[in-house]
Amino acid sequence: MTTPAIRIAALTKSYGSLQALAGIDLEIARGEFFGLLGPNGAGKTTLISALAGLVRADGGTLEVMGHDVVADFHNARLKLGVVPQELVFDPFFTVREVLRIQSGYYGICNNDGWVDEILSRLDLLSRADASMRTLSGGMKRRVLVAQALVHRPPVIVLDEPTAGVDVELRQGLWQFVKQLNADGHTIVLTTHYLEEAEALCGRIAMMKAGRIVALDTTANLLSRFSTRSLRLQVQRPEVAEALGGVVSGGWVDFSIDTAPEVETLLARLREAGADVYGISVGEPDLEQVFLEVMRRA
Amino acid sequence: MPDPDTLPGSFRASIFIGFRTLLYKEVLRFWKVNFQTVAAPVLSALLFLLIFSHVLDRRVTVYGDVAYTAFLTPGLIMMSLLQNAFANSSSSLIQSKITGNIIFVLLAPLSSRVFFAAYALAAVFRGLFVAVGVWLVSVFFVDLPLAQPAWVATFAILGGALLATFGIIAGIWAEKFDQLAAFQNFLIMPLTMLSGVFYSIHSLPSFWQQVSHANPFFFMIDGFRYGFFGQSDTSPWLSLAVVGACFIVLATLTLILLGRGYKLRG
Repeated sequence: MTTPAIRIAALTKSYGSLQALAGIDLEIARGEFFGLLGPNGAGKTTLISALAGLVRADGGTLEVMGHDVVADFHNARLKLGVVPQELVFDPFFTVREVLRIQSGYYGICNNDGWVDEILSRLDLLSRADASMRTLSGGMKRRVLVAQALVHRPPVIVLDEPTAGVDVELRQGLWQFVKQLNADGHTIVLTTHYLEEAEALCGRIAMMKAGRIVALDTTANLLSRFSTRSLRLQVQRPEVAEALGGVVSGGWVDFSIDTAPEVETLLARLREAGADVYGISVGEPDLEQVFLEVMRRA
Repeated sequence: MPDPDTLPGSFRASIFIGFRTLLYKEVLRFWKVNFQTVAAPVLSALLFLLIFSHVLDRRVTVYGDVAYTAFLTPGLIMMSLLQNAFANSSSSLIQSKITGNIIFVLLAPLSSRVFFAAYALAAVFRGLFVAVGVWLVSVFFVDLPLAQPAWVATFAILGGALLATFGIIAGIWAEKFDQLAAFQNFLIMPLTMLSGVFYSIHSLPSFWQQVSHANPFFFMIDGFRYGFFGQSDTSPWLSLAVVGACFIVLATLTLILLGRGYKLRG
């Protein structure tokens, strides 16, 4: 049986009286595009930091591609690339120097071919010899991505990589990450942009107060926790409101779980004299799921 | 952790490349601002040399017939070496911690030993660069003998390594620049100034001579000076033992701190 890309068992971590991780068990298969969601302070970054060896767990085990991150840290770190949340950089060096140095840390010499390819794919080639200090925030963010990839890690963790990034760059970054996933890399993503997680991730874990409170495929989460909404424009909104609709900006919204419910609702509106002249269906989204899961947890 | 001696060759090679790269990065870091990290300390030492030699050279001799300027110069060279070795490792670490870019080193598969060796050696290099700079400019002002070059090299490298190690500890411990400045101003500077850079401890009262023997900086400078004149306040072997023991203690402590991730890995 193939070892998972990431295996976490009974992981705990406290900072004084604050329990940041309260017993996390999680397996992420090779090749997955996995989302880790949660409100601020849920423990996502602590979990990623423990995986990367930046934080020492109080208890439990973490493995990357079968390598324990403490006992066999060398191999575990070789298999892992992390894009940190903070926009950090070393002001003394150029982009190319940063990437050559990062390659060397991983025991790789003569990595210029791959470095050029990463720079090209991240649209940074023209800035390769620029000092890190002169780059815009978006460029620095892309250099962080490049640094995480210099050693071609099979597992890539992106901790809110698009925070504060403009739409164009975000789209480009996701295209690149999707391609990496298609090439076989396991991707673990944390983000506050839930529509991104919904579009990209095959499976999602939601965290709250150091625990995983929901873990399933994105499709299952959407179907389990979320309902479609039927949006109608009607002649007498007050009648529709009396039937359970929510009036909003000239539309009346109804929560609908199944198709027969639509037929029933339309029939009742007709009988009440509220003729329908506009209709649209709102698809379930991860934001609804997220809010519902956090409310229940 | 697997025993490095039983690891496959490619694995050992990758560890060596990691060490070499971190060393290169640390050297490049200070070399890119060499006006501040090398030229400025050389100028400071030169000013000390000019002022003290002008005031005291014809009035004071040491070890019988050694002119004061000649006596002073090895002390100034060693003082500059020690201070800059400390400054390099400590300032590099605290800058990386405060700006957050230490994460790139911590994420990489670099062991505590590699981390320690690279930071310490880079700091020794900076100390040696400054020391050679002071030596070269002093040639224009003083005729300095070189009785036993091996002792000069031994104390330069060992003293630099000791202060570099101390700088790593300070850099790991300090969370703010003013904490580091306190280390430098209230510990390194007084211990250096009171170590016999500017005088022979034989010119001190007996009590202060004894106090000086509790200062490891005295042994570093005295041993280093022995290499130039073939004579010193105390035996170079005793100095070597003291400096070597201090280095072993501090290096062990540093490796323990790094191994535990003290103030580096949360």
